[in-house]
Amino acid sequence: MITRGFQGRRSQSESKRLPPGQHLTGDFPVLSAGPTPHTPLADWTFALEAEDGTQIVSWSWEEFRALGPTEVTVDIHCVTRWSKFDTDWRGVSVDRIFAAAGLEESPSSFVMAFCDGGYTTNLPVEDLLEGKALVVWEYDGEPLAPEHGGPARLLVPHLYFWKSAKWVRGLRFMEDNEPGFWEVNGYHSYGDPSREQRYDGD
Amino acid sequence: MVTRRGNSGTTVIKVPKASAWQPATVVCIREETPRVKTIRFAVSNWPGHLAGQHADVRLTAEDGYRAERSYSIASPPEVSVLELTVERLDDGEVSPFLTGQLEPDDAIQLRGPIGGHFVWSALERRRSLLLVGGGSGIVPLMCMLRHRRLSGSTVPAALLYSVRAREDLIYHEELTDLARNDPRFTLRTTLTRDSAPGWSGRVGRIDLPAVQALLEGLGGVADSFVCGSAGFVEAASALLLQAGQPGDAIRTERFGPTGT
Repeated sequence: MITRGFQGRRSQSESKRLPPGQHLTGDFPVLSAGPTPHTPLADWTFALEAEDGTQIVSWSWEEFRALGPTEVTVDIHCVTRWSKFDTDWRGVSVDRIFAAAGLEESPSSFVMAFCDGGYTTNLPVEDLLEGKALVVWEYDGEPLAPEHGGPARLLVPHLYFWKSAKWVRGLRFMEDNEPGFWEVNGYHSYGDPSREQRYDGD
Repeated sequence: MVTRRGNSGTTVIKVPKASAWQPATVVCIREETPRVKTIRFAVSNWPGHLAGQHADVRLTAEDGYRAERSYSIASPPEVSVLELTVERLDDGEVSPFLTGQLEPDDAIQLRGPIGGHFVWSALERRRSLLLVGGGSGIVPLMCMLRHRRLSGSTVPAALLYSVRAREDLIYHEELTDLARNDPRFTLRTTLTRDSAPGWSGRVGRIDLPAVQALLEGLGGVADSFVCGSAGFVEAASALLLQAGQPGDAIRTERFGPTGT
């Protein structure tokens, strides 16, 4: 359906690289559902938990950062339709986190990422492994700012950015794919930008 | 329909599921400020919405190129038309078209409603309502106030509204009328850049005393909704925490510079 008089701005090179319905931004917009938490690093831990909440392993801030950092440059895509190319991050891969916990294979097929402020998001474990996801604490060479999820956030760049949970404090294994915070609130359970899985039912 | 348990844990409200893309015809366009317009659409299969939700807009050029953006819904759930209030961002791609070129009888595509968290329903809420808006962040909050009025809700409410200059005030007349006629509604407007001649409201950024005074008037903890630019929301939600509001009573929505 054509909109009378609409021309738009377009760039061939951008549009090939952008998932459908996205546009490029040079800024780094902030989206969050509530106030920004400020957890002191001395109190910060990252934990893996069993489905019943039993702790499997927990690292302090210093321990966690020593797990073996890695750097990635990736494109990110927010469900609110902005995308940002070539973002630089430093953190630890989820593969390495699992290895450091002595997990040879995942106890279940899904995890719930849990965060300061009560935010959660559900993810299939296979979307976190083989280098597909990290827990990051640096953006563009600087410590990750609190409004962008610092001290640390999940980074799952091949899914819409709400899956890259800010202020992440751990992963809880779960047998069934229970919905997280935005997934309960009308957003898609998986969130693949290339298939435009924005909302429940897409 | 998605069923969601409310903050209070007592009542369950239903969040309508987002519709597929559908045509929406422009009924009329109203100028709110030099930069802001309200566009009224006729949509035949709108699933309904809750106050605070938004809608996705899709524009399609003749060669098939499409641009999509999301805008807050201004019209309350009680009325049959759908209104979006859009601020023109000069370097934007969609907002200059919506506010500058779109005319009555034109058709675009809409989908929605979107978002199930930054919503207020008079049916669900029993606590007072504190709304804090910066600039065009007023739009979803106005929707909540309209819903509160039309639903006959008697929940005490306050709006702290911050804009740069007097000419940036959106819905000013409607808000002042509401404040005059509703003893349970308090309006505090502040201009951050200048004090216009004859301006009797506040000048300067919102601060802790202003937030504390409003919360006191509301009787302590309120359901709080903060909407505006990222910087505004960061500062305002920090003030609410400082004033003793629990974090889980504060809901935020931020307009990035890319909300064009």
